[in-house]
Amino acid sequence: MFQYVIKRLVFTIPVLIGISLLLFFMLRMLPGDPAQVLAGQMATPEEVENIRRQLGLDRPIHVQYAVFFSRLVQFDLGRSARTQNPVTREIWARLPNTVLLAVVAITLACLFGIPAGIVSAVRPYTWMDYLVTSAALFGISMPVFWLGLMLVVVFSILLQWLPAGGTGSWKHVILPSVTLASFVIAFIARMTRSTMMEVLSQDYTTTARSKGLKEEVVIVKHALKNALIPIITVVGLQFGLLLGGAVLTETVFAWPGLGRLIVDSILARDYPMIQGAILVFGLLYIFVNLVTDLLYACVDPRIRYD
Amino acid sequence: MKEQDKPLLTIEGLHTCFHTLDGIVNAVDGVDMVVYRGETLGLVGESGCGKSVTALSVLRLLACPPAEIQGAIHFQGVDLLGLDREGIRRIRGNAISMIFQEPMTSLNPVLTIGEQIAESVRLHQNLSGKEAWRWAETMLEMVQIPGPKQRAKDYPHKLSGGMRQRAMIAMALSCNPQLIFADEPTTALDVTIQAQILNLMQDLKQEFHTSIVLITHDLGVIAEMASRVIVMYAGQVVEEAPVRELFKNPRHPYTQGLLGSVPVIGKKAKMGRRLQEIPGVVPGPLETPGGCRFHPRCPKVADLCRREAPLETVLGEHRRVRCWLAA
Repeated sequence: MFQYVIKRLVFTIPVLIGISLLLFFMLRMLPGDPAQVLAGQMATPEEVENIRRQLGLDRPIHVQYAVFFSRLVQFDLGRSARTQNPVTREIWARLPNTVLLAVVAITLACLFGIPAGIVSAVRPYTWMDYLVTSAALFGISMPVFWLGLMLVVVFSILLQWLPAGGTGSWKHVILPSVTLASFVIAFIARMTRSTMMEVLSQDYTTTARSKGLKEEVVIVKHALKNALIPIITVVGLQFGLLLGGAVLTETVFAWPGLGRLIVDSILARDYPMIQGAILVFGLLYIFVNLVTDLLYACVDPRIRYD
Repeated sequence: MKEQDKPLLTIEGLHTCFHTLDGIVNAVDGVDMVVYRGETLGLVGESGCGKSVTALSVLRLLACPPAEIQGAIHFQGVDLLGLDREGIRRIRGNAISMIFQEPMTSLNPVLTIGEQIAESVRLHQNLSGKEAWRWAETMLEMVQIPGPKQRAKDYPHKLSGGMRQRAMIAMALSCNPQLIFADEPTTALDVTIQAQILNLMQDLKQEFHTSIVLITHDLGVIAEMASRVIVMYAGQVVEEAPVRELFKNPRHPYTQGLLGSVPVIGKKAKMGRRLQEIPGVVPGPLETPGGCRFHPRCPKVADLCRREAPLETVLGEHRRVRCWLAA
């Protein structure tokens, strides 16, 4: 197990190098000139050329990558072209906000999504099931920005219970995390429902019932434990995505997270910033996947890593 | 009356139907049977004739709806169909337990063998966690699993098919039930393991004084194990007889067909006869033929069989047949 974890951690190195390569060259294939963007519309060609030289963009592309990579192995992601601040500092400033939002959202999603899915699988085709499945359909199909705006209208403007945006207190976290969680709740509920229905029709569920176990024991101990693998997969993937930042939600609630940072940097062709942010995102994603894989082994004795 | 003669389980007029999108499926259609203490009753028939549904109906293990169970099932005088959910739960695994066909899929893959045996003991016998675990180890030893202490901690995927079926039997016997429904307990196993499992069941039955309802389509197993046999076809009982009677003098053409389709080594040379088969297949539950349900496949079919369904003819004690030829 320990060896497996080490092996996986070592494996992240080539993956990260792969990401950095792809990222670096794909960014430079984007139309638009960072120097031009930075200099503004009114700049003279000399000014633009000056900025280009400052950014090191006048050198051949493989030299640029070599510089980028040699800094990367020293954990130096360079300076933002837009703000001149070190990229690491900018990311560090945003990352806690993103992680907070992601953790709260995924916790809400598990807390509501899994029980909702179980209820609707245990009582299929009853009003409870219809309630859950239609709520889930709503959650899946609502555009995030619309739902966010509606929540702002109701809870910030009409009821004036919660702030409409920004950060600062736990109250600021509620609306954006609920907005983010709604999709994930719906997704997890649907997944839980279908997996539980399948597990409940398995032979071993009948065996468990034939032993005279209470229905709650059959559902939680015998069925849910078997249904957890796909649920963990979905939770892991969704959590990974949330860590990448949620551009729309962050925009609606003026939440200073990674998502908006990445989008703003892309619009400004801020190469160092984009590269840094995406690499951090990649690293987090790999880590979440590793944890997910390790959780499988905790749940299912048939899965062994050795 | 001797203890032996008292019925343990009586089933009268059992109808189990399923409400499906295609219509109502009558899986079990008017089945009567009695199980006595300490006996092994064989329940025989082709796939889809309602054997398993009968067993599942007794323990009410079918989801209702879509299933609907009617009739009367009495176990030691208790009306099983009249019990509430809690009542039937106390019977399951305790007084009546089940052994299922597929040891590969009937055990929970994420719980240890020991836990799966111990949990019902904890529940029904009020044993502590430790006592229940020790009992689980004892049961595993009883079903002749080598290294029971180690095996109790193993998960089902580490056990072979035969081992798993032994564990399943240990689970079914763990609360010392009076009745076990064994639903094709050896079908999924290879022949040498089959014999071992059957011997084991035979021995344990003696030791625990348990009645067994053995559901199978294998007449060899019946000849070895059962004292009395009930033959089912398309949801109905077509013949009942003590086991020797049935093999010596089968009265229903279906039973005759079943017996004729058993290969006997050396028989062809002696009798100059090929292995027989019953033409056709069991009718689907939605296309039950009118008249006698067996008539489209019956070699002795007469006009009357096509028009009218035969009633049961009682030929003696535990000897009945549903056929116009016997009427």
